[in-house]
Amino acid sequence: MKFGIVTFPGSNCDVDAMHAVTDQLGQTAVSLWHRDHDTQGCDVLILPGGFSYGDALRAGAIARFSPIMQEVLAHAERGAPVIGICNGFQILCESHLLPGALMRNAGLKFVCDWVHLRVEGAAPAFLSAYQSGQVLRMPVAHGEGRFAADDDTLDALEGNGQVVFRYCDAAGRITPESNPNGALRGIAGITNAAGNVLGMMPHPERAVEALLGSTDGLPLFESLLARVGA
Amino acid sequence: MSRFRVSVHIVPRKGLLDPQGKAVTDALHALGFSHVTDTRIGRHLVLDVTAESAAAAEVSVTAMCDKLLANPVTEDYQIVSTVTA
Repeated sequence: MKFGIVTFPGSNCDVDAMHAVTDQLGQTAVSLWHRDHDTQGCDVLILPGGFSYGDALRAGAIARFSPIMQEVLAHAERGAPVIGICNGFQILCESHLLPGALMRNAGLKFVCDWVHLRVEGAAPAFLSAYQSGQVLRMPVAHGEGRFAADDDTLDALEGNGQVVFRYCDAAGRITPESNPNGALRGIAGITNAAGNVLGMMPHPERAVEALLGSTDGLPLFESLLARVGA
Repeated sequence: MSRFRVSVHIVPRKGLLDPQGKAVTDALHALGFSHVTDTRIGRHLVLDVTAESAAAAEVSVTAMCDKLLANPVTEDYQIVSTVTA
């Protein structure tokens, strides 16, 4: 399986994502520049974390218009997998590949910490190697991670099984204290209706080996491997 | 073609938590301005554009707001003035 990892000016998790899918997952990957017009036959595209364009205007607002995003849109429309992590999630929302938006953290502070997540939803492309209800531990590092959408959109996301990760405590309970940014309904990650585009604020690529403190991110990439095939 | 200076207010939509606005409201209350009921903190953009008329300048800035300058999910915008630049 071949991953394409997009680097925008200001991306800073692209190398981590590369490490996760090559060294840890054992697959091939290429680095794609935001000005590229070709995804080089990649099976899965990753929009990594960082501060594309310095978060000018709104996080992700300008990266959305990078040339590579035309290819990302086409890739997603073909039903092929796209993952946006942190700033990548913000870019996917700004691109309207995912509904909603990521707003300034409710506590106004940049949050760099470990969180617990509960696996939910119905997106086998990303979740097949997890158990439903499983509690994961992953890092977050963001200032604008508060997922927001109107009530109808939130109801539709939940009704369709598009909410795939929710902030929880170590026992899997959804509590205000376990929500690091005030995200509505504790939402940490969602997919599109077709289930091939995933956006999440926590960093699975930074939780792929014991040395990093958690391996709970690795099954996400293994799920993709099971779906796409080596 | 003339040059126009178009000013736009962009603020977080009512009903969505604006934590900066809430912090400012709380601070104003602490200073005795207890009659402040809400504060929204957003952006003020001043754009210089060339256009046939003030109306045409506003049409183009509205398109910019819809496409890039405001997030339709979370923000409301308003053109507050258009003057000859």
